[in-house]
Amino acid sequence: MTATTYDSADTKARAFPWRTALIEAGITAFIAFMLAITMVGIHLETVQGGLAIATRFADVVVAIILAFVGRIGIVAMREGFPMVVLIGGVAAAALGLLVPPIDIVAAVLQALGGEAPPATPVLQIMQVAGGVILALRAAWLVWRQRGSRESQDERSRSLGDLSARIQGWTGYIGPVAAAFAVALPFLFYDRATIDLATLVLTYIMLAWGLNIIVGLAGLLDLGYVAFYAVGAYSYALLATEFGWSFWICLPLAGLLAATAGLILGFPVLRLRGDYFAIVTLGFGEIIRVVLLNWYEFTGGPDGISSIPRPSFFGFAEFTRSPDEGVTAFHDMFGLEFSGIHRVIFLYYLILVLALFVNFVSVRVRRLPIGRAWEALREDDVACQSLGINRRNIKLAAFMFSAGFGGVAGSFFATRQGFISPESFQFIESAIILAIVVLGGMGSQAGIVLAAVLMIGMPEVFRELEQYRMLAFGALMVIIMVWRPRGLLAHRDPSVRLHPPEGRRRLWSIGGRKAAEPAVSDGAAQ
Amino acid sequence: MEYFLQQLINGLTLGSIFGLIAIGYTMVYGIIGMINFAHGDIFMVGGFIALMSFLILGIAGITWVPLALAIVLVIAMVFTSIYGWTVERVAYRPLRGSFRLAPLISALGMSIFLQNYVQLLQGARSKPLPPVIQGGFVLMESPTGFTVTISYVQIMIIVMTVVLMAAFTTLIQKTSLGRQQRACEQDKVMASLVGVNVDRTISATFVMGAALAAVAGTMYLVRYGVIDFFEGFVVGIKAFTAAVLGGIGSLPGAMLGGLLLGLIEAFWSGYFSVEYKDVAAFGILVLVLIFRPSGLLGKPEIEKV
Amino acid sequence: MTDASRPLLTVDHLTMRFGGLVAIDDVSFDAHPSEITAIIGPNGAGKTTVFNCLTGFYKPTEGMLTLNRGKRSFLLERMEGHDIAGHAGIARTFQNIRLFSAMSVLENLLVAQHRSLMAASAGSFAGLFGLPSYRHAHRTAIDKAKGWLDRVGLTHRADEDAGNLPYGDQRRLEIARAMCSDPVLLCLDEPAAGLNPRETQGLNELIVGIRKDFGTGILLIEHDMSVVMQISDHVIVLDYGRKISDGTPDQVRADPAVIRAYLGEEDEDTAVTANAAAGP
Repeated sequence: MTATTYDSADTKARAFPWRTALIEAGITAFIAFMLAITMVGIHLETVQGGLAIATRFADVVVAIILAFVGRIGIVAMREGFPMVVLIGGVAAAALGLLVPPIDIVAAVLQALGGEAPPATPVLQIMQVAGGVILALRAAWLVWRQRGSRESQDERSRSLGDLSARIQGWTGYIGPVAAAFAVALPFLFYDRATIDLATLVLTYIMLAWGLNIIVGLAGLLDLGYVAFYAVGAYSYALLATEFGWSFWICLPLAGLLAATAGLILGFPVLRLRGDYFAIVTLGFGEIIRVVLLNWYEFTGGPDGISSIPRPSFFGFAEFTRSPDEGVTAFHDMFGLEFSGIHRVIFLYYLILVLALFVNFVSVRVRRLPIGRAWEALREDDVACQSLGINRRNIKLAAFMFSAGFGGVAGSFFATRQGFISPESFQFIESAIILAIVVLGGMGSQAGIVLAAVLMIGMPEVFRELEQYRMLAFGALMVIIMVWRPRGLLAHRDPSVRLHPPEGRRRLWSIGGRKAAEPAVSDGAAQ
Repeated sequence: MEYFLQQLINGLTLGSIFGLIAIGYTMVYGIIGMINFAHGDIFMVGGFIALMSFLILGIAGITWVPLALAIVLVIAMVFTSIYGWTVERVAYRPLRGSFRLAPLISALGMSIFLQNYVQLLQGARSKPLPPVIQGGFVLMESPTGFTVTISYVQIMIIVMTVVLMAAFTTLIQKTSLGRQQRACEQDKVMASLVGVNVDRTISATFVMGAALAAVAGTMYLVRYGVIDFFEGFVVGIKAFTAAVLGGIGSLPGAMLGGLLLGLIEAFWSGYFSVEYKDVAAFGILVLVLIFRPSGLLGKPEIEKV
Repeated sequence: MTDASRPLLTVDHLTMRFGGLVAIDDVSFDAHPSEITAIIGPNGAGKTTVFNCLTGFYKPTEGMLTLNRGKRSFLLERMEGHDIAGHAGIARTFQNIRLFSAMSVLENLLVAQHRSLMAASAGSFAGLFGLPSYRHAHRTAIDKAKGWLDRVGLTHRADEDAGNLPYGDQRRLEIARAMCSDPVLLCLDEPAAGLNPRETQGLNELIVGIRKDFGTGILLIEHDMSVVMQISDHVIVLDYGRKISDGTPDQVRADPAVIRAYLGEEDEDTAVTANAAAGP
């Protein structure tokens, strides 16, 4: 396969250490065999009256070959042949896309008289993904002109430079992105697209909210979805039970969620990092279980349906023929009635809410409380020695974060019109966390990018939907191993003594710098 | 009274399973100071491998229960250990000495990955196993017709746990591997200076934890007759709660915590409500962490300044 | 200070036990404003534990710690750690430097002014909307930070990450950060550790300058005798958690108990020579 091309393309004077490579690859292949022979090689099929066993040994063979070749690629990269790996990785990915590896093995097996095995597409995905990842790493090495092993520090620094540059660009890209977001409903006057954009924005808002506690304060909150749920149920119950208007409930839901944050946060904030994480996870689950079982109040697994839709700020309704005495939105503006009006309205609503969260996060970073959050993340012992009340500061972060989650939750409720505990499972917390982590903790722009990739892509490529969580998990590991602070993590000081030369200072106050993740700038207007 | 006794037996059985998994959490925490979120999923993988082995043995015609069970346990332990080893090698080893939250996030990613990996490969439906061992002793029969039974499976689980615990304690206290583990727990740098292979010792810890989780997975499968890809999440968190309750880092603590948690859950579901049994477990976790973070048998930690 | 003879800090029968281990055993001493009090002793003598008790990281097992600030007195053993720093006015540095390493040098100094800035930002609302009162406070805080940056010679590196500074600069920055919280008592835990002789000399000047210009009382843990003997007014010697000597540098240097603690039971003249060699 691709491995045979290595020595021919050897541009450096060094010889490829075949011995080491083969030994390492052999061991890797053996481990791959041991891993694959059970889970991949045997398939438990549910049949009438129990389980049946099917074998997928061809897949095991593919897994072994992939592990073998992949390991040789890694060795080649380490030994200074990134160009070869780049080509090999791209070739492997392309090959995986065009000819599923399983087909080749199946053909061989059939030629030998065996039967065509049932194929799992997982390995194909792995081949393509593995090829792409190897190729990306190799491309990075080629670009950095660093053939040999890079230390974590060096890599961190060079990636940091790259992120810094990207963040510098966001000063210009940000307003463009914000303008694009504003224009989007008119560029794509189509319900599906706007719905998707609304979904992505909801996650962006949630991730920006979670970023306050994870990215700034450095507290790993694994139960964020609890506040999302509190917000959603607050609105749903207030609206269906008392008929309160969305516009009153929206801030109220935020306040209620923040209060929930306060109540839950008070006991747990003394805990150290990993304990804190697991307790927040526990709280998230407790809230979900309560929602699930408290029939009288929450409707249990049936949830709450026919949640009122928001009006046009109380002036008009988005219905074709509203009740007596209520204006219809299309009449108000003299338009033809169309269902898309409400969709667009909801889109703008979440856009404004998200930008508001961004505005607050960016602003608050430059305030004493924001600096205290970051200081807490860096060293909480030193914080205490400077007279910072760690508990109060953490509570504040918790409340801010929870409040934004609550607002997003009430938006979710009004948009869906129906909520149930199904929507508030742990996996949602994990997705939001994954977006924060992948984008780069503390990086506003990184989060946008990660949300678009992680939420937008699987929706566009429907068939990939079921692999989304697999990819999430794998990416979380890969990013942590490769760049623990997140892909686009780069931190600009919140205040500067010497403003950098040649930077636009249009939106800066005093001595601070304008190169903040710039969507804020759109919001600050 | 009869009902109480029955719940006691059920609780002890469940608690033994929690205890076996909790040991994996507690050992890993002791040695590298991180919560191995993926450990619950390792337990789930162990259950799946055990299920596969049972079915294959059934096809192969090995139906004498003790032999079949022994073979299944060995297979499950071996193959699950490889998963445990790989998880450490891939997701945790590169992160030693990294940013504080990194190993936690990586562990979470690994957990999500494993769940979906199993779901994609084996399907989302829960997999049933027909009862392997049937029957039991009737301990007591009340005039109202309520019988207290202890099934052979329950006896087996409790005996197995006791044996494993004894073997394990000996391993940690008497063998050189155990000594190396304890040394790494105290001070990794110093341990490496006196010739302990730290990486290998940590790997061994993960392998042992995974092997015990595989036993727990097998027991769970035999006792409850069903496993699915999501099982590891909830059971894992409960086992972690058990580890914390007993005092994280302490082996007897893990077992004690497991038994206590099993009993609490059994009595809670028996006398209050089955729906809220998870809430009870989480509630205990929160309460223990708030009021006695060092657990029942753990050493209090002093903030290093 | 209304009463010049009143000590700034009184440590009264301080005892700290960890399980069976007695880290500090019935230690009493005073520290005075505008004075440099050094605590010395062999490794494991309990020096840092004294600091941790003073700054609220440990709750002492027994004893009373009193800080007199102006007319007010604070019983430190009853206060929370952050209040000791914030109200009583004790700031400290750490043996293994604890800077906010991913934050810039300037930001480190602003975090130290958290309490005053937080008050000015009125629970963040004034700050969020950029009200003039907060803007003014912010500017004042930056000016103060600038003053300290000049003093420790880090103005040109103000916008760099604190973690990227060379070791000696980090030590000085940590002192500057502690001073930005306006303490009446500054506790320095081995500030000269790992510094070269030239840097140590600069450190001496910095510490003496702080005392002179701000009247801050300074409590100093140090192994480097050239620092201790040169700048301190008052030296306390701990050994195995007990105070074995207390006095001026010259008195302590001549104290047989100290010589024994440092050099074991040996001839006195070697000990004295060694001490003299370590002196200024």
